[in-house]
Amino acid sequence: MSELTDLTIADARDGLKKKSFSARELADAHIKAIEKGRALNAFVTETPDLARKMALESDRRIAAGEARPLEGLPLGIKDLFCTKEVLTTAGSHILDGFKPPYESTVTRNLWDAGAVMLGKLNMDEFAMGSSNETSYYGPVTNPWRRKGANTKLVPGGSSGGSAAAVAARMVLGATGTDTGGSIRQPAAVTGIAGIKPTYGRCSRWGIVAFASSLDQAGPMARTVRDCAIMLKAMASHDPMDSTSVNVRVPDYERAMTGEVRGLRVGIPKEYRIDGMPAEIEALWQKGIQWLKDAGAQIVDVSLPHTKYALPAYYIVAPAEASSNLARYDGVRYGLRVPGKDIISMYENTRAAGFGREVQRRILIGTYVLSAGYYDAYYIKAQKLRTLIAQDFDQAFEKVDVLLTPTAPGPAFGIGEKTDDPISMYLNDVFTVTVNLAGLPGISVPAGLNNEGLPLGLQLIGKAFDESTLFRVGEVIERSAGPTPRPGTWWEV
Amino acid sequence: MSTTRTETGPLVDGATGKWEIVIGMEVHAQVLSKAKLFSGASAAFGAEPNAHVSFVDAAMPGMLPVINRYCVEQAVRTGLGLKAQINNVSVFDRKNYFYPDLPAGYQISQYKSPIVGEGEVIVDLPGGRAITVGIERLHLEQDAGKSLHDQHPHMSFVDLNRAGVALMEIVSRPDLRSSEEAAAYLRKLRAIVRYLGTCDGNMEEGSMRADVNVSVRKPGGPLGTRCEIKNVNSMRFVAQAVEYEARRQIDIIEAGGKIDQETRLFDAKKGETRSMRSKEEAHDYRYFPDPDLLPLELEDAWIEQIKKSLPELPDDKKARFMRDYGLNAYDAGVLVQERESAAYFEEVAKGRDGKLAANWVINELFGRLNKEGLEVGKSPVSADALGSIIAMIGDGTISGKIAKDVFEIAWEEGGDPKEIVEKRGLRQVTDTGAIEKAIDEVIAANPAKVEQVKAKPAMLGWFVGQVMQATGGKANPKAVNELLKRKLAL
Amino acid sequence: MSVDKTTVKRVAKLARLAFPEERLEPMAGELNRILAWVEQLNEVDTSSVEPMTSVVKVSLKMREDVVTDGNQPIAVTENAPEGEDHFFAVPKVVE
Ligand SMILES: [Mg+2]
Ligand SMILES: [Zn+2]
Repeated sequence: MSELTDLTIADARDGLKKKSFSARELADAHIKAIEKGRALNAFVTETPDLARKMALESDRRIAAGEARPLEGLPLGIKDLFCTKEVLTTAGSHILDGFKPPYESTVTRNLWDAGAVMLGKLNMDEFAMGSSNETSYYGPVTNPWRRKGANTKLVPGGSSGGSAAAVAARMVLGATGTDTGGSIRQPAAVTGIAGIKPTYGRCSRWGIVAFASSLDQAGPMARTVRDCAIMLKAMASHDPMDSTSVNVRVPDYERAMTGEVRGLRVGIPKEYRIDGMPAEIEALWQKGIQWLKDAGAQIVDVSLPHTKYALPAYYIVAPAEASSNLARYDGVRYGLRVPGKDIISMYENTRAAGFGREVQRRILIGTYVLSAGYYDAYYIKAQKLRTLIAQDFDQAFEKVDVLLTPTAPGPAFGIGEKTDDPISMYLNDVFTVTVNLAGLPGISVPAGLNNEGLPLGLQLIGKAFDESTLFRVGEVIERSAGPTPRPGTWWEV
Repeated sequence: MSTTRTETGPLVDGATGKWEIVIGMEVHAQVLSKAKLFSGASAAFGAEPNAHVSFVDAAMPGMLPVINRYCVEQAVRTGLGLKAQINNVSVFDRKNYFYPDLPAGYQISQYKSPIVGEGEVIVDLPGGRAITVGIERLHLEQDAGKSLHDQHPHMSFVDLNRAGVALMEIVSRPDLRSSEEAAAYLRKLRAIVRYLGTCDGNMEEGSMRADVNVSVRKPGGPLGTRCEIKNVNSMRFVAQAVEYEARRQIDIIEAGGKIDQETRLFDAKKGETRSMRSKEEAHDYRYFPDPDLLPLELEDAWIEQIKKSLPELPDDKKARFMRDYGLNAYDAGVLVQERESAAYFEEVAKGRDGKLAANWVINELFGRLNKEGLEVGKSPVSADALGSIIAMIGDGTISGKIAKDVFEIAWEEGGDPKEIVEKRGLRQVTDTGAIEKAIDEVIAANPAKVEQVKAKPAMLGWFVGQVMQATGGKANPKAVNELLKRKLAL
Repeated sequence: MSVDKTTVKRVAKLARLAFPEERLEPMAGELNRILAWVEQLNEVDTSSVEPMTSVVKVSLKMREDVVTDGNQPIAVTENAPEGEDHFFAVPKVVE
């Protein structure tokens, strides 16, 4: 039954509807794939019993003609989403043993739509990383390898477990979160699709916070259509999240008309960064050509403050994180390391509970907010953010969507970039602008490079215009042709 | 923070001459709301440990704040009551520090852009003096939880029932100059919030607490270094804390020492302030706008609507009492301190002698209530009943002296004062025949005194007393006086 | 603006992170590199720019004053490393 795991969400949905197979069979096929794929370390927690239970309920509903939009579709959940009574770690030691007595709004929406939970997916600790190497639970391995080599590559991050599980056919789709590129960048380097919706589109309630003004949940799946199906279910207006916006969630699938004639596609010249690899430039040109061929109009635009996005991000995100992570103090949940008094209990707990990258960001964040530095760093960065958002506003007066590469290169080797934080941060150079401006961005698989590694193209849209991203994304996806499977070298 | 007060206040003596005490206050007033500021848990006082706690209050991962509209409205209401500027845009900031009763590691407060800006409070002082105290700001913030230190030999226990309850922090300018002024300011602030219904002002339960900033200076000199005395929870303690702290500072300076700016604790048992050692570490709160919340924007129309719903506040009520009832400033001030007392007074005074009503309410009623530790709402003598006593004094049915007896009976046994007077035959005797008879008897029985009174008219009082005694106190004293004078030919 | 060992120590203290002495110097180096890199923002004149307060252009939503939550002391405290009688327990705090 291994072919069941090759289905897209859309096809699996149709198969279940036609009763070609049962939800239980679909769940079992994925549970088996997960067991065989443990070498990739994509999961922190597997929940096969729960999955079977949910699948049985789905079969009952299908039989009773009460199927919901995602009925019986098995998904993986990034371990940043709180899931009721299921271990939730955020990839960190500090949340040791934490079982939330509540369910995040986004996952609640998925279960209410009939989806089946396969387990919790590995990730960079507190979503801080671009390679999934900062997880307390160890790095995730990308199912893709360079042609003829067996070097283990990273799956990108921070939603690396999600990306790897989707690419390796262990789940039909997965949730991710994206603070600076954490859905799009891993999607690109594992050959799948992933969208970061507009800030405020998906509720943040019940998602462990990294940087509150940037965090946004989104779907990761093997096709653009699958992402559209998932996002429709994930998105909602949530009265429990003050930043969740009360706007209608459109039927994204219906927006996917395959038609882009007359559409104005902006090409921001500032994304042509120094030292951009030729294959990325070539990919970008290919994307431009595909859209031109489909009848879109290509327009050169300028986003003059692009180069300041990454440094602004590395002030704002750590600042918010330093405050968001203050609650991990060993008092109410998670790890506690004793100390001679309350202060040393705090210090010992946090020193043992947080990994290196998280500690580094907490220190930076604390520093940039501290007396005397706040204006020079934090306020300065927020001002740049205003300028970056204005750049987009101006560009979107002339165009409907922007096309850029997703990441500056393909997947790299585990351990290759861990010594230099800044070179690691540069992985998010094309994605982070979108978070700073709160806009939606999608990464679409756009073929393989010479080494046989997947690359992605990014589309950036106007606020709350995810529909256009799905529509244009599908055209690119089709033009690029089907992404091959990464093989099954990891299976035991 | 600068003082807006220009006149010099009362001075105190030191060994090197006179000193002026400078006091500013930060008062935390708990908003009278059902639910907390950013969560749907109950804000009610007194519950089992961690029962009034939501996952938001416990800062569980992924939990987010959503603001309570009613709390915002109460802050605006209070701001309007303080004649203050209401800010159309205000921002919630995070104040970051670690403490076990602060679950998120930050308090959501307002730092740079508070909801309410500058205002003022007029404080009446004995002797008809009044001062205007500047209000610098009022902001909304979360209360912290509570740590209990005496339940276990080496652990502290944390209860988050209070965590997240809405507080209004009302910050005054350093415009107060004595312990008496400080206590009077707090009393006035309490009256205002209680009138507005925005805070119950209950200091014992901690729904109102004051941080008192005290410094001393030579009259007219520059402001001295201040110490902040935390969480003083009664008017009396405020006065004590100021007295103690000012004396301590004067003594240090006069001995050649220097005041360290520090946070101090008031020890109510000893009546002293002492340094809080735990605050040795310099704080750096790293305030920044809470990214979980958007700026709070208030529309003028809403503010206007709240303004229209404000009750008559103590200052206006006091002015009206002076104008309409002819009361003096002191009496009017006493009556308006509590909304309930003022309402009681107005019911008593309606269509009656206002000054007489004020006298009775302040002296008889308040005196008695105080003695028994009762609030005016719990008075056994209703405003209606006291009103009819006063009406009976006014129309001569009973004398003032009898009225006190009637009040006493009504207090102890209840009942309608009119019926008490009738049933017990307490009606004043105005029948001159009966009075004349009593007078004649007294004159006849005391010939020697009759002789004496001719030379010494002040002795008339003795005759009045005898006649009153003979009539069981019911004779109209005015009639007794007049008849006696005539009969004695005085 | 450059960070030295003492600053790292102070910031680590503020952030409640126990930091072994031998890691202070290397961390100061890492922080300095990152700070030097982010300081390229100073190339931009932002004197007439408002700092961003929120990327969503909506006003803050408000809740009604209704008790909808609480009365779940077990759920609130069940994850606590130490506690008693639905209290959280911490090493004794002085004052
Ligand atoms: Mg204060
Ligand atoms: Zn305060």
